[in-house]
Amino acid sequence: MQPVKCGVINNMASGADTKTVKEDINNRMTGKREFKVVGTRPLRPDGTDKVTGRARFGADANLPGQLVGKVLRSPHPHAIIKSIDITDALKLAGVKAVITSADFNKNAKDQNVLANIMARGKVLYEGHAVAAVAAINIKIAMAALKLIKIDYQILPHVTDVDKAMLEDAPILHDDMFTGGLDKIPNKPSNIAYRHEFGHGDIDAGFNAADIIIERNFKTAATHQGYIEPHSCLASSSEDGQAEIWVCTQGHFMVRNLCASLLDMDISKLRVIASEIGGGFGGKTTVFIEPVALALSRKCAKPVKITMTREEVFKASGPTSSMSAVVKIGATKDGRITAGFAKMNFQGGAFKGAPADFGAMSAFACYALENVKTIAFDVVTNRPKGAAYRAPGAPMATYGVESVVDELAIKLNIDPIEFRLKNAVCAGDQSSYGPKFSDIGLVETLNAAKAHDHYNAPLGKNQGRGIACGFWFNFGGATCTTLNVNADGTVTVAVGTPDIGGSRASICQMTAEEFGIPYENIRAIIADTSSLGYNDTTEGSRVTFSSGMAAIMAARKAINEMCKRAAKFWDIHVDAVKWEDGFAKPSGANAGDFTPLSMAEIAAKANYTGGPIAGHHEYNADGAGVSFGTHIVDTMVDQETGKVDILRYTVIQDAGKAIHPSYVEGQFQGGAAQGIGWALNEEYIYGEDGKLQNASFLDYRIPVASDLPMIDTVIVEVPNSGHPYGVRGVGETGIVPPLAEVANSVSAAAGVRLTKLPMSPPVILKAIDGLKND
Amino acid sequence: MRYEAPVTVNELANLLSSNDGIVKILAGGTDILVQMRSGAIEPDLLVDIKGIDAMNIITKNKDGYQIGASVSCAALNENVELKQDYAGVCEGAGLIGSAQVQGRATMVGNLCNASPAADSVPCLVAVGATVTVVGNDGATRQTAVENIPQSPGLTSLGKHEFISSINLPKKPINTGDAYLRFIPRSEMDIAVVGCAVCITLDDEGVCTDAKLFLGAVAEKIIIVKDAVKAMVGTMLDDEVVDNLEKSASKACSPINDKRGTIEFRTKVAGVLAKRAAIIAYKRAMNKMKQ
Amino acid sequence: MTVVQVATKINGDEVEFICDSSETMLDVLRDRLHLTGSKEGCSSGDCGACSITLDGRLVCSCLMLGVEAEGHEIGTIEGVADGAKLHIIQQKILDHAALQCGICTPGIIVAAKALLDKNPNPNESEIRFWLAGNLCRCTGYDKIIRAIMDAAREMRGD
Repeated sequence: MQPVKCGVINNMASGADTKTVKEDINNRMTGKREFKVVGTRPLRPDGTDKVTGRARFGADANLPGQLVGKVLRSPHPHAIIKSIDITDALKLAGVKAVITSADFNKNAKDQNVLANIMARGKVLYEGHAVAAVAAINIKIAMAALKLIKIDYQILPHVTDVDKAMLEDAPILHDDMFTGGLDKIPNKPSNIAYRHEFGHGDIDAGFNAADIIIERNFKTAATHQGYIEPHSCLASSSEDGQAEIWVCTQGHFMVRNLCASLLDMDISKLRVIASEIGGGFGGKTTVFIEPVALALSRKCAKPVKITMTREEVFKASGPTSSMSAVVKIGATKDGRITAGFAKMNFQGGAFKGAPADFGAMSAFACYALENVKTIAFDVVTNRPKGAAYRAPGAPMATYGVESVVDELAIKLNIDPIEFRLKNAVCAGDQSSYGPKFSDIGLVETLNAAKAHDHYNAPLGKNQGRGIACGFWFNFGGATCTTLNVNADGTVTVAVGTPDIGGSRASICQMTAEEFGIPYENIRAIIADTSSLGYNDTTEGSRVTFSSGMAAIMAARKAINEMCKRAAKFWDIHVDAVKWEDGFAKPSGANAGDFTPLSMAEIAAKANYTGGPIAGHHEYNADGAGVSFGTHIVDTMVDQETGKVDILRYTVIQDAGKAIHPSYVEGQFQGGAAQGIGWALNEEYIYGEDGKLQNASFLDYRIPVASDLPMIDTVIVEVPNSGHPYGVRGVGETGIVPPLAEVANSVSAAAGVRLTKLPMSPPVILKAIDGLKND
Repeated sequence: MRYEAPVTVNELANLLSSNDGIVKILAGGTDILVQMRSGAIEPDLLVDIKGIDAMNIITKNKDGYQIGASVSCAALNENVELKQDYAGVCEGAGLIGSAQVQGRATMVGNLCNASPAADSVPCLVAVGATVTVVGNDGATRQTAVENIPQSPGLTSLGKHEFISSINLPKKPINTGDAYLRFIPRSEMDIAVVGCAVCITLDDEGVCTDAKLFLGAVAEKIIIVKDAVKAMVGTMLDDEVVDNLEKSASKACSPINDKRGTIEFRTKVAGVLAKRAAIIAYKRAMNKMKQ
Repeated sequence: MTVVQVATKINGDEVEFICDSSETMLDVLRDRLHLTGSKEGCSSGDCGACSITLDGRLVCSCLMLGVEAEGHEIGTIEGVADGAKLHIIQQKILDHAALQCGICTPGIIVAAKALLDKNPNPNESEIRFWLAGNLCRCTGYDKIIRAIMDAAREMRGD
């Protein structure tokens, strides 16, 4: 076996008994903590409501007297709005309000959000909102939209990222001058920003290489594809106070943005997060919420807006498409000497494509002396992009991991061995700057190597691909409170919408900390008036941040309960300890008292000082980064280019899996989305700048019969930034599949594929091209 | 919009002939409800034919099968005898949409939607199916299935006409039919290319009659005449199958669109022709052995 | 006449409602009868979140008009549990953690029940193809398929 860089992996590599190793690492890192609730698989608290249809999602709430809101959208990809005439629409019986951009606060802080939710002077993409109506029913609302007269002056448009960067491209924003350059340019451009990361001397690195591979890559824009369309119900009263019920990943974000866009006091707006039917980053901003609120304010009636599926595709935020060149050099024995990537990220009509994250994550898996990444944030006449699970990383990683695969093949080195030779370990400097601390990439690679999937035989026309992936993870502003009820049960209120089962994991951590059963805890998502500000559910932050806040809040409540017991026993609080849900005298000297349960302390609370609660508010630091390695087997029909996914394995570092089933669920869900991205999902634009496939019929997300079971291995290298070792797990899983499926399909097809999606026509063309060569 | 649910064919005919606005027939509704929702069609009168008993049943008689216009594809595939006799027709119909869509969608609806990509139509044509068309005053006429679609979205039916049933001829002995389509996923897509083959053999296993139709490669479904010529008189050996592939590709005149390219459709039409012919031949052989 | 009165049976109960003739069954269930367990994901029959049964047959309620319910029997997610006792499929979906956001879950359960009612012993492939019309974007389907296979096993009494 090749010598390996990081000491710890010898443990893993020698035997396939990953469980023992896991425990070993765990004990070392967390001081031999044995968990009672953490690591088990209890039923989720919101589960029964969700299997019975009782759970209330965005579109499931109604109010008396509620109106239907509908948005009028631009049919043109790029045009000046010369005039809007709403007179006839207002006259239609049953119409209660009509709004345009004039009804929003033109001085709002976030000008891009302001111009995206309702076009100001110019429409920038097909589907851009230009006006909205509220009426007593949908028929009248639709009829009213037809009565709004808009005079457009059509402008030339551009939807392709490389074309948008050309000198003579139609310019979207006259006031956009490329940022990140040494000198401020004197001409406006569609390039919003140039990002650069790296270190060392790549020229020297390439000179030292025995082999250099350079390839161009393209990926299509994809949509998060949540099954629940955006929906909200806004109710503003005559005195200016308002409420919004909405499916969102961040109700505090909705509150702050809406207050700003409508020039309201934040205290006057209360936002309640409904159950959310998927988000994956797509529900981290506002679209219809300020529109519904503006309509409601105009007529003082509740207004509900629900997007159609077509509107979701055309007017919510997909992710970027990307065009890139990746160049990597290596020595004969498989050491990478230099890595370079230049990537153009198409982010839709406003700046904010995840070019920076792409540039930072592209080479994050490798310890490189010489590395440089450049990424451009480019605007086009497409809907403004929104976050999508590990924004920027899947596409950037696709290019790098494809070239890494090719290098390994050319050098005749096993692709896992090649990666092990170059993999980052604790202490290595990352390609984007900081030094890594406790990380688990090598552990995932070794687990992949030992997995029977990696060693299983392949049949004819079949190929195996592997790839690694990385995501930063995030902590962020978090505020959590918990109350000990009179019977000793606990209610935890968090401010982070639960998109994948986080209430269960928060209950588990709280139960663990108190030393009481899981069933005694109930977690809720509190509204914006009940808690301090919480950042949005994004960056795989909730189980980490809200979970840690719940642990801290529990510790405060435990301190308080120890005080109460001390008071009751009339001893000093230092003589009281907390153990397994009981306050106990800390030793023989403390006195001979019968331990008090939480229920007993809670029952006496009113006589010992009042209600018992705990809260914690902070900026959560220490979100450990997460790495994963995936393995996939595919089969390619050589005559049609059709791909079948035969077998799939996800191996990822979770730090500590609080609820292993939901950790596995995140791994599997990320993999499935990545497979869709690799094979069939794409935004298809015509020459006319219009989206041609705004439906689930032609925007082809994987269906049940497209996929095999998705095997998972949870690696646990604890994150020292969390009391239980938790790392975010939500996003890393979507990072490897693009490259790994491409590597597998390339092997099966016998030709390297460098463009996504690898739809059957693309693959067949590549195979036939090979035959004709 | 007015909704009516007549219970007899005459009532239905009267409703159609006495209304001059936009009149649409509702059977499975899997196309028309989507079109109504998107605003593409706004009927003045919608006539639901599922209340007419004759429309809901499959009958077998000396001439073959009569399949009522509102028989769902799911019901079609639950008819064991029909499925044995017309495997290809049933598999074509069975490919339309999901289990949910199967519970509602009908072959007549698929036919009247007049899409060249309709999954149930090529095999109906290949096996020589006809439709019964009811006109003014309940007068009926029979016409071949291929005479109905004219161009995408347009049929040859007169303003007051409707189809009451699809009729499958009594199946000749030693005959097998098959339908294959290409879609990018495993389910839920519209055919990028479709191919139906019907083959009849003599007692030695030599092909005496053959039909090969392609869907989604032209404005209407097309017959590949060269392929038919190639198959008759042979036992579908490798050379015949290779020629079949070439002639099927040659017969195509597809378009580039979001679902496939000209190049891809042309190539895959040949591949499907080859594969469907082999399946149909095997089925015919199995019939012979029975 | 565009407003129609309809008499039907929903989850075993006689129900009468008034609706516009162009209103879908999904709109009737959600907006008129307040049965919001059936979800609207696409309104074009592509996602299956609105799955119901019509006389025992699985259909998308977005591809059916409310008026078509006249004289028929409708089954929705709200009628799957037996009083306060969850159906085995519901319990297995919970046990296997076979849901994340839960928006597709009602449709999946209604569809799975329709399958197991007619085929008590489906193999993995049959379940996957039957559920092809029920999109789930969170789970990758793995745990859903396992839960349904487990439920089928228990329902058969193996």
